[in-house]
Amino acid sequence: MDLLRKIGVPVAAILIFLGFWEFLVWVNGWPNYVMASPSDLPDAYIRFWNLFLTGSWQTLWRTVAGLGIAVVAGTLVGMVMGFSRIARDGLYPLLVGFNAVPKATLVPVLALLFIGQHNFNTVLMAFLISFFPIAVSVGIGLSTLEPEYRDILRSLGASRFTIFRKIALPKTLPEFFGALKVSVTLAFIGTNLVEIISPHGKGLGALFLSGQTNSNYPLMFAVLIALAVLGILLYYAVVALERIFAGWAERPQG
Amino acid sequence: MANLIEIKGVTHAYKTPNGPLPVLDGLEIAVPEGEFAAVVGPSGCGKSTLTRLIAGLMKPDRGEVWLHGRLVKSPRKTVGMAFQNPVMLEWRTILQNVILPLEIVAPSMPRKDRIARAEELLALVGLGGFEDKRPSELSGGMRQRASLCRAIVHKPDVLIMDEPFGALDAFTREDLWQTMHELRAKEPFTAVLITHDLRESVYLGDQVFVLSGRPATTQYVLDVTYPGDGMRRLEGLYTPEAAAMLATLREQIQIAQGRHPGPAVH
Ligand SMILES: Nc1ncnc2c1ncn2[C@@H]1O[C@H](COP(=O)(O)OP(=O)(O)OP(=O)(O)O)[C@@H](O)[C@H]1O
Ligand SMILES: [Mg+2]
Repeated sequence: MDLLRKIGVPVAAILIFLGFWEFLVWVNGWPNYVMASPSDLPDAYIRFWNLFLTGSWQTLWRTVAGLGIAVVAGTLVGMVMGFSRIARDGLYPLLVGFNAVPKATLVPVLALLFIGQHNFNTVLMAFLISFFPIAVSVGIGLSTLEPEYRDILRSLGASRFTIFRKIALPKTLPEFFGALKVSVTLAFIGTNLVEIISPHGKGLGALFLSGQTNSNYPLMFAVLIALAVLGILLYYAVVALERIFAGWAERPQG
Repeated sequence: MANLIEIKGVTHAYKTPNGPLPVLDGLEIAVPEGEFAAVVGPSGCGKSTLTRLIAGLMKPDRGEVWLHGRLVKSPRKTVGMAFQNPVMLEWRTILQNVILPLEIVAPSMPRKDRIARAEELLALVGLGGFEDKRPSELSGGMRQRASLCRAIVHKPDVLIMDEPFGALDAFTREDLWQTMHELRAKEPFTAVLITHDLRESVYLGDQVFVLSGRPATTQYVLDVTYPGDGMRRLEGLYTPEAAAMLATLREQIQIAQGRHPGPAVH
């Protein structure tokens, strides 16, 4: 019953959505080049399945690589901000300003800086766009740690590192995963941005672009759906990690 | 017998936005080895501050804290501390929370010995069967008892307790007083107990220190003596001697609160 609700309800929601989409296209009599309908999609997947596979893989690994770097760098910067007031005051406006720059404007900048390094550029963009929430949440999580928590171990003469490992780090995990859920989506958007905008791109974004150049509209929609599926997979991978490492923070419902 | 804990002329002020707030003013406390010192005083007079100074979590502005004949400059592994608001690590079970000090103090202790030690203490305070519960599943009083176990799990020779029985009902509290005596007989330690319960102070304490209002000084020291002193019993609290001690303490607290005109007794 529980399983049925957990899986059945979302599946039903997706089916209803697809049905509504199909219905809308049919009622309006939209031709393929205005709006493809779900029934056009299987054909696109069957014809280009190998492109979808390689494209998905390229998009996936570059997103995960960028996110991975963002996790490491964001955690380090967050730690510096969490432990030092001066660093916090100094870095915060810088980070906010950096985050406010529209990332699309960076694509040509990066492309010029690292000409032809397409993989590098893409990973870099995924990193840049997803780094901010992680750094901020770790920084805030650490700097707002109640002194009572620290004192438990400090009164035993534990080292700063031990206190960080046994208290500060686990205590900050729920905030960290909250940020990671935002960041994973952002990293994904960053990857696609570069894939679509930069010339000679790879991945699903490039497949989208080639659909556009060849006026293959069902292919473009098929890519969009594939992106959505990949995004969902990434998101729920983070949710699964959160369950494992910060499941204690989940309050029992009642 | 030598004094294991010595607080000599300790003066401390907190820095606040409105200027320094003097909290302790030339405090003097001495506790011989193996004895139990109870500390009472008006709310906000600086009792928790005192515990943090003894534990080495803070340094006093002036004066000295000595443990074991050594000047306290930083925290020590041989100290156990039960805080006024007992925070439990939510990501650990009760058992893992109690084990925590052992991970720092005795890293080489085998896991099963640690667990056995924690289970023994939890059973002692009536928390047997709650080992695998999360802190959020326990009542405030139960968390306080678990925090007491955490304070003594590594057999500290100095135990500092800041109102450890504050959130407990009267019956559990009296049970735990008894437990405290049993524990002391089994694993001797020198203790400082902050409390606002005068009966608790004369039941557990060998000496009761009454602090004055803020900034706190040592206003009065009561030596606790019962007729035919042996194992203390709750009935002892209803003897004329106990009644006299309680009356003295009550009077001193009133002076400390500034409600009673008359010279302060030193
Ligand atoms: N970190 C701090 N910064 C500034 N002032 C503080 C700080 N900690 C405590 N104080 C102030 O110092 C005074 C003494 O605090 P303390 O906690 O030691 O009192 P207490 O005797 O334990 O009180 P209670 O009986 O209510 O527990 C209080 O007036 C409190 O507001
Ligand atoms: Mg207090």
